[in-house]
Amino acid sequence: MAVFNLNINGKQHEVDVDPSTPMLWVLRDHLDLVGTKFGCGIAQCGACTILVNGVATRSCITFVDSVGDKEITTIEGLSENGDHALQKAWIEEDVPQCGYCQSGQIMNAAGLLNANPSPSDEEIEMAMHGNICRCGTYTRIKKAIKTAANS
Amino acid sequence: MTTVKTKLDRRSFIRSSALAGGGLLLTFSWLAPACTTDSPKQLTMPDEWYELNGFLKIGNNGAVTIMSPNPEIGQNVKTSMPMIVADELDVDWKFVMVEQAPLNTDIFTRQLAGGSQSIRQGWNGLRMAGATGRRMLREAAAHEWKVPVDEITTEAGVLYHKNSGKEAGYGEMASAAAELTVPEEVELKDIKDFTIIGTSRKNVDGQKIVTGKPLFGLDYKAEGMLIAMIEHPPAFGMKLKSFDATEAKAMPGIIDVFSIKTYNDDYQMQWSDVTAFTELVAVVGKSTWEVMNAKLMLNVEWEPIAEDNAQGVPAGFESTADHYKKMEEAAAKAGREQRRDGNPEEAFKNAAKVIERTYTAPFQAHSPMEPMNFFADVKDDFALLAGPTQTPEFMEKTVAARLGLPLEKVDVQMTRMGGGFGRRLYGHFMVEAAVISQQVKAPVKLIYSREDDMSYGIYRPAYHALYRAALDADNNLIGFHVRMGGIPESPLHANRFPAGSVDNYLAESFTVESNISTGAFRAPGSNFNAVAEQSFLDEVAEAAGKDPIQFRLDLLKRAQENPVGSNNDYDAARYAGVLEQVREKSGWDTNSEGKNRGVAAYFCHNSYVANVVDIANKDGKQVIEKVYASVDCGIVVNPDAAVNMTEGSIVDGIGHAMYSELTFSEGQPEQNNFDMYRLIRHAEAPKEIEVHFVENNIDPTGLGEPPYPPVMGALANALYKANGERYYHQPFVKNSIG
Repeated sequence: MAVFNLNINGKQHEVDVDPSTPMLWVLRDHLDLVGTKFGCGIAQCGACTILVNGVATRSCITFVDSVGDKEITTIEGLSENGDHALQKAWIEEDVPQCGYCQSGQIMNAAGLLNANPSPSDEEIEMAMHGNICRCGTYTRIKKAIKTAANS
Repeated sequence: MTTVKTKLDRRSFIRSSALAGGGLLLTFSWLAPACTTDSPKQLTMPDEWYELNGFLKIGNNGAVTIMSPNPEIGQNVKTSMPMIVADELDVDWKFVMVEQAPLNTDIFTRQLAGGSQSIRQGWNGLRMAGATGRRMLREAAAHEWKVPVDEITTEAGVLYHKNSGKEAGYGEMASAAAELTVPEEVELKDIKDFTIIGTSRKNVDGQKIVTGKPLFGLDYKAEGMLIAMIEHPPAFGMKLKSFDATEAKAMPGIIDVFSIKTYNDDYQMQWSDVTAFTELVAVVGKSTWEVMNAKLMLNVEWEPIAEDNAQGVPAGFESTADHYKKMEEAAAKAGREQRRDGNPEEAFKNAAKVIERTYTAPFQAHSPMEPMNFFADVKDDFALLAGPTQTPEFMEKTVAARLGLPLEKVDVQMTRMGGGFGRRLYGHFMVEAAVISQQVKAPVKLIYSREDDMSYGIYRPAYHALYRAALDADNNLIGFHVRMGGIPESPLHANRFPAGSVDNYLAESFTVESNISTGAFRAPGSNFNAVAEQSFLDEVAEAAGKDPIQFRLDLLKRAQENPVGSNNDYDAARYAGVLEQVREKSGWDTNSEGKNRGVAAYFCHNSYVANVVDIANKDGKQVIEKVYASVDCGIVVNPDAAVNMTEGSIVDGIGHAMYSELTFSEGQPEQNNFDMYRLIRHAEAPKEIEVHFVENNIDPTGLGEPPYPPVMGALANALYKANGERYYHQPFVKNSIG
């Protein structure tokens, strides 16, 4: 076990965990930030996506000892009042079905828009390819990303 | 206006709601404001709630809480079921809060997510509950104002007496209304007077979903809760022999390691129980990562199951190649006859042309994005369980039997589910969680890893179908023969189209036994029938030189005007209706030039769906440009959500026909995570989906499953147009047996 001081959603958090613990489980088990979801554990589904210094990152394979003082953003910290352009667009397009993958989809889309504020359809498809939606809401996700990009 | 007898009596009042009873809950809020676009703060909590019946409570400030009785799995019932209550109650949706109802079958009927039946079977009861509330509020106002109840009207949560000019919000009358006797009969609205049903309302959990609030079973947390995981046999046909937990127990954070039995020896299983892996090794610890690491340190010995085991599970280790061989052998012989019309043998003998084709489909893993999990807190005299289940009512019985507790001492609470698609009908993981909690004497959340989830599946069975069609010299379809089977069940629906439209018809089924656990998977049976049958009909139409839509419509006309047989289980006019609508909306007759288009239509779970798929050839690859859908599910309760469900089903159908396959080697699933098991991804989805509903006033039928199967057939038929290849074997990316 080791103590880590993490910068999560603009606040400092101290955790005492095994250094090999993935950020996914640090967030979920130790900090009660359960918006970041467990889907596959091997970076194949995108449900666990967070931002590390603004870059979309799979938290299930991001070990706590690799984070240092980088800025971590989770779905809970994407906006203060749940009104980030993407969150608003997700509501406007009524994207979710079961909803489980959607925080990962939103965080991945946030990473995309950070790097490319006006992505084309093809760029959205490529950037979102690693995020599985088992309910098949892909067409709405694409629409919501475009809505957010245009807002 | 319709008058209906109420079925609500004093028993229909909830004595302890999920809110009141949920003392253990740390982070869960079961309430969801209906209006997610406005700030939830607009909805102020009342000082007092008055319960008018088990479905609804009205606050002294006019706020309304409506119970959503059924498990929410992504089919949107948590929004659409309360909409039905709210409409008959005649309230403004923005004053509605939705609460996941507790499991209480005295009040609520069929608290189950499956078979696309929630709305269909809930419809009358939900309307009655709302109408009963409205009637009691009107009676309370009539009494207060000393006027006849018939003179009291309502609109959007306000009671009016026109002659005296009096008016009052529901909140003002709620206290008095709650004291009244439940009326014996109530009036329901005319369909034309609906104000909420038929209007698009956003997902009541939408804001929580996009802000990452705890909603799902996996998010559940209670004080002192431990994490548990299980190790199951690596192959079907194996069981636990022995294990050495010394190393695992020594790992950090580990509380205990032990074996568990899912069922008592003398237990009589029910349909939602599973025979595959009934003895497991459980690892319990303080955190998920610690438990995952300890699990790797287990030393477990497995052994083949006995030939004559008590549960009657066939012994042996099965492989995919053998599966297809066995189905092929079975299909070469006559099957069990399920339906016969006319003289099919004679028709085939006299045919000018016979078309014969074979279709196959693999096992598939449901793979909902939220892996199997459940919370259990088992005490000596009471058990609380909470988590994602499609069958709380059935599994409560299994859990109670396993723990030796009376049913009323087991409480199963329903969380939102991260998908299910049939997987969570089978709740062995609930029993496992309960047994583990009982053993460690602590609240426990059992979590399956993705690998556990995929390799201990209750899979979609593998299927095989032989189709034959007989055409006469004028290209009329004079004979139809289907022989359909699977491992371990046949998907045949013998009385569905084209039964009823062909004079000489024969349907046979066969089964091949297996020890692989299988179960219902979104649109069971239909998820194969539709693609096989609709691809076949496309070939038959082509052989007959007929337009594929007109060919189907001609058959349906026959079934409507002069049906063959009397037990056809579809309405030929509604079936034709969706085909006609999709023909019109897709411009089939006017706008098909240069397009690679395929069509299909199917009826299942009481609803009708037709699709046209357009495929473009781009840079040597086929791209799904557009999918049209026409749906007849009667009255559409929540139109935009229904469009969403249809779009999702189309993407899902394309994905499973095209990519998903679970294979076995020596009893072991060869794929156990998404690096090997392929699900459809963003770029593979259609570029555009256009959904239309047939407008009618028929009571609503289901939508979770019906839009899933037909698109697979339309896809196969469009691919043929695009590249000249017929698709007989799933997944289409392989298109070869096994």
